[in-house]
Amino acid sequence: MHTVENFDLFAPRLINKQELLSSGHRACSGCAEVLAVRLMAKALGENTVIASATGCMEIISSMFPTTAWQVPWVHVAFENTAAVASGIEAGLKALRKKGKIDQRYVKVVGMAGDGGTMDIGFQALSGAMERGHDMIYVCFDNEAYMNTGIQRSSGTPMGASTTTAPAGKVSIGQKTWKKNMPEIMVAHGIPYVATACPSYPLDFIRKIEKAKSIQGPSYIHCFSVCPTGWRTPSHTAVSMGRLAVETGVFPLYEVENGHYRLSQDMPKKLRPIREYFKPQGRFRHLTPDQIELIQEKVTIEFQKLLEKAKFLKTGNE
Amino acid sequence: MGKRIGMEVAVAVAEAVALCNIDMAAVYPITPQSHIAEHLSDLVADGHIDCEFVTVESEHSAMSAVIGASGTGARSYTATSSQGLMLMHELLPIASAMRLPIVMGIANRAVSGPLNILNDHSDIMPQRDAGWIAIFVENAQEAIDLSIAAFKIAEHKDVMLPVSINIDGFQLTHMVEPFEMPTQEEVNEFLPPFVPHATLHPAKPVTMGAFAMSDYFTEIMKAKDEAVKASKKVVQEVFDEWGKKFGRPYKLVETYLAEDADILMLTMGSMGETAKIAIEELRSKGVKVGLVKLRLWRPFPFEELKAIIRNAKKLIITDRACSFGGPGGPVFSEIKSAMYAETHRPLIYNYIIGLGGRDVQVKEFVGMFEAVLADTDNKAADTYEFWGVRE
Repeated sequence: MHTVENFDLFAPRLINKQELLSSGHRACSGCAEVLAVRLMAKALGENTVIASATGCMEIISSMFPTTAWQVPWVHVAFENTAAVASGIEAGLKALRKKGKIDQRYVKVVGMAGDGGTMDIGFQALSGAMERGHDMIYVCFDNEAYMNTGIQRSSGTPMGASTTTAPAGKVSIGQKTWKKNMPEIMVAHGIPYVATACPSYPLDFIRKIEKAKSIQGPSYIHCFSVCPTGWRTPSHTAVSMGRLAVETGVFPLYEVENGHYRLSQDMPKKLRPIREYFKPQGRFRHLTPDQIELIQEKVTIEFQKLLEKAKFLKTGNE
Repeated sequence: MGKRIGMEVAVAVAEAVALCNIDMAAVYPITPQSHIAEHLSDLVADGHIDCEFVTVESEHSAMSAVIGASGTGARSYTATSSQGLMLMHELLPIASAMRLPIVMGIANRAVSGPLNILNDHSDIMPQRDAGWIAIFVENAQEAIDLSIAAFKIAEHKDVMLPVSINIDGFQLTHMVEPFEMPTQEEVNEFLPPFVPHATLHPAKPVTMGAFAMSDYFTEIMKAKDEAVKASKKVVQEVFDEWGKKFGRPYKLVETYLAEDADILMLTMGSMGETAKIAIEELRSKGVKVGLVKLRLWRPFPFEELKAIIRNAKKLIITDRACSFGGPGGPVFSEIKSAMYAETHRPLIYNYIIGLGGRDVQVKEFVGMFEAVLADTDNKAADTYEFWGVRE
């Protein structure tokens, strides 16, 4: 809290002043995802190559003949970002080894939304992580296919109303629990997995920097509030992200070589999820009983995470 | 001068690619491409190729990875077949639109269903409009020579397009044939290092694969069409250069006894050799037949082909795939439309042959000529027929 309130004091010292994702892009007002992408680019610095999946961040930043990118950036298709990034990593490695390019270390980054990561891009991501490429993959999770018009994905939370899982007389909207993508990445045995949210910019930047320092694959799951898709006022994007963390709906943690650590920003006591659900149009139809059911799940999942953080502590390696 | 040796063709193709100083290869196993992938793996494992070798989890990722690597300026190779090529389909027009000089070996195989692992051309035909240069080879020597020449064509500054080398699966990939393998020195002289125009590197940041709407999309498509069309000239130039250096000249359309022929037969790929024997047999009986072998499928060599077939009375086009409910075979349809405006043109017959590995013997090629000779009232012209269907 303290650091964010004094952001102006801290920022010049802690944050790269270079804007590697320039302004003038076409994102919606109040988009927390583009804020996250901008912070990511700052944390990565200029010696970076980014491969992006099809999606909001791609179309808002690369409208031909313009580009918002100051770092090398490529888009190929929707489901193959991790594979493209792995090819870039392999290409740069070979060319560096043969002395065909300069010797500087370049970090390769793949970025995609929740659909591009958890659904259609799942296989390519799993393959790239398993092969151990030296790359960072960042999932910007706004919990539905927002670019195509708010359709449900496996990242959509239980009870959210989307255009393909709408709330109706006999439906609560999304009928499935959100896929636990960070845990699936942990199961790949990669060196570093973290969750993050741009509402906690310094935590997010630190995690990107840590991933950057690691040789090998790392995965960051970035919770990205979408006012357009969540039916929330655009000025509340940052506070909505904080509510998601403070209620335990999206806990911030990192897993380094299998060892868990909750982020310092995590509160000791969680707020009830109804405080997070109430301002969002996508949850408006839920009854108190339905919210209670989801609350139970959130509590259990958070408890599980605390147990892991207790028994699989970092520093116990 | 390279040594004359005997080797399985798929293995030889991997050996040829190894001579090309590739920086990166990504492969996923599929029959009958797998011997190319396996032998490349061996060559990397023994240190004969200094490249990053990425064993991806699908063909979709194989093509994605070579696109990424090629974007960095790395000379990149992949190989596939059939379902693998179909899985890559989505990415093929992107690779060409991004003007990436990727080379891909295709061990042509029938597309499911039903599942069939043997040879025909139903995998490459759906890729016709992907904006790739597509070359067909007939034997081991051609497979080797043109796999090497493919890099020079792809990376030519006036081309910068991906190239596929189509090698009939099993019928060619799994044959042991004699051929002459160029030496490393010869290949080094022929194929200079790739100098890319723009790459994914922070030394000079670029955006690749940008998003374009209706205001630019048409112009980008037009530019791609121009690029693919213009590549035809370079393909022949590189073939000529190869011929000069190695004594084995290649043409976009090859012929055999075609000049004075009344009836021509057109083949693509390995079946040309069998058809040639049938032609020799008929020639010995005084029947004036000849062979046309289409080497370059895209860009289509309209002028070159027209000049060859214009004066024949009849032309038999063999297809190894079918456009169901359409005009017949895709090669037939292409050539028929190419000849539409010609006042002087042969009657065109179409036989769809050798599907899913069905053997087509010399006597059957003779049979096709005889059937066309017997069609004195030209009833079967401009139609297609599945040859050798059991009823």
